[in-house]
Amino acid sequence: MMLFMLLFSRQGKLRLQKWYMAYPDKTKKKITRELVTTILARKPKMCSFLEWKDCKIVYKRYASLYFCCAIEQNDNELLTLEIIHRYVELLDKYFGSVCELDIIFNFEKAYFILDELLIGGEIQETSKKNVLKAIASQDLLQEDEAVEGTLRDIGLL
Amino acid sequence: MYPYYEQDWSVLPPENNRRFNPAFNMATIRQAFTEAVERVRMPTPTRLRDLIRQIRAARTAAEERAVVNKECAYIRSTFREEDSVWRCRNIAKLLYIHMLGYPAHFGQLECLKLTASTRFTDKRIGYLGAMLLLDERQDVHLLITNCLKNDLNSSTQFVVGLALCTLGAIASPEMARDLASEVERLMKSPNTYIRKKATLCAFRVIRRVPELMEIFLPATRSLLSEKNHGILITGVTLITEMCENSSDTLMHFKKDSGNREIVPNLVRILKSLILGGYSPEHDVSGVSDPFLQVKILRLLRILGHNDPDASEAMNDILAQVATNTETSKNVGNTILYETVLSIMDIRSEGGLRVLAVNILGRFLLNSDKNIRYVALNTLLRTVHADTSAVQRHRTTILECLKDPDVSIRRRAMELSFALINAQNIRTMTKELLLFLEKADAEFKAQCSSGMILAAERYSPNSRWHLDTQLSVLIAAGNYVRDDVVSSTIQLVSSSPVPEQTYITNRFWESLQVANHCEDKQPLLQVAVWAIGEYGDLFMYGANEDEFERPTESDLIAVYHKFLTSAQVSTTSKQYALVSLAKLSTRLQQCVEEIQALITSFGSHLNVDLQQRGVEFTQLFGSYKHLRPPLLEKMPAMQISRISSQNGESGGSFDDNSPDVIENGIEIGGSGAHPLIESNMNTMGDNTNILLDLLGSTDLSAGGPSDLAMATDLSNAVHKKNTRNANNETPSTNNQDLLDLLDLDMSTPSTTTSVMGTTDLGNVNNMMNLRGIDLNMGFGGGGGVGSGVGLGAIDAMASSIPTNGNDLASMLGGLGAPANNAVLPSLGGDNLLGELNATTTTTNNVTVPPQGPKLTALDKNGLLVQLVPLRGSDCMKIFMTTTNSSDNTLEQYLLKAAVQKSFELQMLPPSGSVLPPGGVITQEMRVVATSNAVLRMRLRIQYTLDGQQLVEQTEVSGFPDQQPPIE
Repeated sequence: MMLFMLLFSRQGKLRLQKWYMAYPDKTKKKITRELVTTILARKPKMCSFLEWKDCKIVYKRYASLYFCCAIEQNDNELLTLEIIHRYVELLDKYFGSVCELDIIFNFEKAYFILDELLIGGEIQETSKKNVLKAIASQDLLQEDEAVEGTLRDIGLL
Repeated sequence: MYPYYEQDWSVLPPENNRRFNPAFNMATIRQAFTEAVERVRMPTPTRLRDLIRQIRAARTAAEERAVVNKECAYIRSTFREEDSVWRCRNIAKLLYIHMLGYPAHFGQLECLKLTASTRFTDKRIGYLGAMLLLDERQDVHLLITNCLKNDLNSSTQFVVGLALCTLGAIASPEMARDLASEVERLMKSPNTYIRKKATLCAFRVIRRVPELMEIFLPATRSLLSEKNHGILITGVTLITEMCENSSDTLMHFKKDSGNREIVPNLVRILKSLILGGYSPEHDVSGVSDPFLQVKILRLLRILGHNDPDASEAMNDILAQVATNTETSKNVGNTILYETVLSIMDIRSEGGLRVLAVNILGRFLLNSDKNIRYVALNTLLRTVHADTSAVQRHRTTILECLKDPDVSIRRRAMELSFALINAQNIRTMTKELLLFLEKADAEFKAQCSSGMILAAERYSPNSRWHLDTQLSVLIAAGNYVRDDVVSSTIQLVSSSPVPEQTYITNRFWESLQVANHCEDKQPLLQVAVWAIGEYGDLFMYGANEDEFERPTESDLIAVYHKFLTSAQVSTTSKQYALVSLAKLSTRLQQCVEEIQALITSFGSHLNVDLQQRGVEFTQLFGSYKHLRPPLLEKMPAMQISRISSQNGESGGSFDDNSPDVIENGIEIGGSGAHPLIESNMNTMGDNTNILLDLLGSTDLSAGGPSDLAMATDLSNAVHKKNTRNANNETPSTNNQDLLDLLDLDMSTPSTTTSVMGTTDLGNVNNMMNLRGIDLNMGFGGGGGVGSGVGLGAIDAMASSIPTNGNDLASMLGGLGAPANNAVLPSLGGDNLLGELNATTTTTNNVTVPPQGPKLTALDKNGLLVQLVPLRGSDCMKIFMTTTNSSDNTLEQYLLKAAVQKSFELQMLPPSGSVLPPGGVITQEMRVVATSNAVLRMRLRIQYTLDGQQLVEQTEVSGFPDQQPPIE
C-alpha cells in the first residue's frame, strides 16, 4: 500500500500531497521537509529508491517536478515507478502536455485525477481511458451546475 | 480546450447523458454569465487563480506571508458570516494556502458544510478539503461520518465515488466500524465504477479494523470471476490483505473448490493476461496490465507459501511468466522481479529457483540502476536459502561495490558479507579492503566490523588473520567501532608468541606513517597496547621476520609525541599511558624517561589521565617493588561475545559502555570474564546496565592486578553511572536501576509518586550508590584473591534472576571476601544494611494519606477518588484510581483544570496501566491566589481494547483553602 505521495519542484516547493496514512500535521510537515531535502540532494545517477524509516521511498523526476511515493516493505518498488508514470501520463492526457504550472493552477484537478487512479493507496483502475472518462464526466457535472447556477442568478431560470 | 469533450458519455447517469454540441461552447457561455453576475454582486472574493498569481508574484517570503495572511483573514471573515455562495472558492484557496505550509485547520468545519451541500462542485471540493485538512486525532473528523453515509446512498455514481474515495483515504477505526456495512453493500453493486472503489474501501476498513474482515468475505468471492480489470485488481488486493492478515481466512480461501478454487482461478487470469492478444486498453509498452499481473503474483506467493499443493499448481505459470516476459523495459522487469520473489517464497521446483536466481543475475548486469538495486536486494533476501546459486554471481556483485550509487554499494556490501565462506575469504577480503579504503564514512564502521567477523569465522591461519585485522584498522581509520579494537586485542593476546612479535612489529611500522596516530586512533590504541604488552619481545625477542627495531629512546619519543599531541583522544592517551607503564618493566634503559613522562601527567587537566599519572607514579616511588608483578603480561584472553553476536548488536552494546570495556581490557581480565558474560547474556535486557557494571568490575578484579587500580576503576564506573543517570529521564533510569537490583517494582513505583520529584532523584542516588558499592565489593574481593572473588561473581551470575532476598544474600556472599581481606569499611554487612534500610523506607511511604475522600468518578468499575490534604502553603490532593473491572486499562491519563484563581501543579502519576484491581496514584498541588471556592474539572483518558475512551467530570466540595501566604 502506498503510504503517501508528494509532488515537489526542484526548488523544494510542495505541489501536491496525498496522505493515505493518518499522521498529525506536524509529522506530515517534518516528513515532507526531510524527504524533499534528501531527494534533492541525490545525484541523478543514483537509483530511485531510498530506505527510509520502516518504509521504502520511490521517487522519479519528470521535468522540473519530483514525484515521490512511500510504500511498504512488501511492495514492489518497480511497480511504484509504473504507477507514478501512469499518473504522469494521465495528467499529460488531461492537460495536454502537462507542465508544472498546470499542476499549480489546477491543483484540485490533479488531486481528482489521482483519486480516480488510487484509493487508499492502492490502484483502482488500470485503464487510462476509464480514468479520464470518469474525470471528464465529473467535470461536465460541475459545468452543468455552473451554467444552471448562473442562469438562476440572473433570473433566466 | 480540454481534450475530454471527445468522449462517449455512456458512463454518465441517464439524466446527464447527452452529447456534446461543439457549437455550444459551455466555457464561453459560463464565463460571460459569471462576469455578468460578478458585476452585479459586489464585492466578490479573489478568484483562486488570481490568488495563486498574487502569491507567486511575491518576491520575498515576507511578502508571500503578507498576501497569505490577508487572504486568510478574509476567508475567516466569510466563514464567520456563513457566506455559502463563495464557500467553495474560499476552501479551494485555503487548500492552496495549506499546501504552502500555512495553518488551515479553521477550514475543517467549512469542508464539512461543503460536503453536505447538494451541488456536486461543492461536494468535490469539500471532500478534497476533508481529505487534506482532517486529522484523525481530532474529533471533528467523526462529524463527516454522517455525511459520508448519506452520500454512499446517493443515486449519482460520482457522489458515491467521492464518498468512497474519502473513506478510503481518511477512514479512522470509528468511521470504519460505522460505515463497513454500507461499503459491503456497495461491493455488490452492479455498477463497476462503484464496485471497484467499494472493494478498495473494504481493504482500508480491514486495515484499520481487522475484526471487520468477516462481513466482507461473502462479497469478496465473486470478485475474481469478473472480467473488468478494475474489479479484478481491487479484488486481488482485498484478498491479499485478508490472507496476509489472518491465517484462518487464508485457509478459508484455499478450501474453496470447483470453479471457485482460488489458485487455478488466479492462474487462469494470469494466463489470459500473458497469452491473450494485444489489448490496447491495458497495454503498457507491450505488457498486458502489469499492475494486475504483479498483484496476482503477490497473492500467489502468499497462497503458495509452505503449501506444496498450491505451489505445484502455480509452478508452470510462474515458469511461463519468467520466460515469456519482455525484459527490455522497466514494466517487464517489474513483473519478473515479482515472479522471482514468488518463486523464492513458495515450494517451487529446483529448476525454477535456478531460473529465478539467473534472472536476478541478469538484473545485475542491467544498465538501469533501479533494476540492479532490486536485484541486490532480492539476492540478499534469498542468499541464505540458496547460497550456491548466488555464489555464481559473485564477481558481478563485487563489481557493484564500485557503483556510483550509495544504495547499490550498501546492498552490494551486505550481500558480499553474506557470500563469504572459507573458500573465498582471501579474494573477498581483498575486494572488500579495496572498497573499505575508498568507502564513505557511513560505510566504514559497518564494513570494518563485518570484515572482522568474517575473518574471525573463516580465517585460514592466524598470520593472515592478524594481517587482515591490521589492514582493516588502517583502512577504516577512526570509523572503526570499539568492538574491533577489543577483538583485535583479544586476537593478539591469544596468538602464539612468534605471531605476537610479528604483529607488534607490523603495528610499529604502521605507526611510522604520518598522520596515522591522529586519523587512525583505533589503530593507535591497539598498537600501543601491543607494544606495551609485548615490549620485551618487540625490542629484544627473536627477530625472524627481520624487522627494523627502534632504539628505546626512539620508542619513548614516539610515546611522547602521542601523549602530548592535541589530536590524540583521551581514550588513546589512556591506552598509551598504561602501555608506557608496562614498558617500564619491559625496557632495559629508559625507565627514567618513562617515569618523567608519567609523572608529568600527575598534573594533567583530564581527571582520568591525571589519576593514572599519579597512581603510576606511586609505582616508581615507595611501591617500586610492586611494579613488575603488577604490570606483568596478561594471560591470553578468550574470544568473547563478539563471535557469538553479530556486529550490529555487538556495536550497540559497546556504545553503552565504551569506557568500561576499554578499561577492563587495559587492566586485564581473567578466564572467567567470558564465562560470566555468557551467563549474563542469557538474562533479560533489563539487566544490561548491571551487566555493564559487572562486566567492568569483573575485568578489573581479574588477574594479578593491584587493589588501587580496582578501586579506582570502580570510581570510574561510578562516574559513568552518574553520567548515565543524568542522561536519561529520571523515571526510566530509576526503573532500570531498580530492575538492576531486582527489587519488586510495585512498591517503589507507588513510592516515587507520593514522594514527588525531588525524592525521585534521591531514589536514583540511592540506587546509584548501591550500584557503586556493589562494584567496590567486587573490586576488593577480586583484588585480593582472584580465585575467591571470581567464584563469588560466578555465583552471582547464576543466581541473578531472582528476588530481592536472593540479591541480598548474593551481596552477602560477595561482600564476604572483600570484608575479610582488605576493605572492611566497604564490606558486605555494610552493603546489606544499607539495602535493607532502603527497602524499609520504600515500604513506609506507600501508605496512602488519610482524610475525607471525594469521589470524582465511579463508572464501569473505574473509581477515581481525591483526598485533599491541607498543607502549609498549598493544598495537596491525592488522586487514587482503582480498577475493579475485569479489563486492563492502558494509557491512563488524568488531566485536571481549576479556575483561574488557582494554580495547579500535577506531579507525575505512578503509572499509566491499570490491570484489573490495579491502582494508580497521582498527587496534585493547588495554590489559591484569591479567596475562591475550588472546583476542579477532570478529564480521564484511557484505552480499553485499543479504543480510546474519555470521561469528564467536575469535583467540588474541597475544604476551604487558606489564603496564600503573603
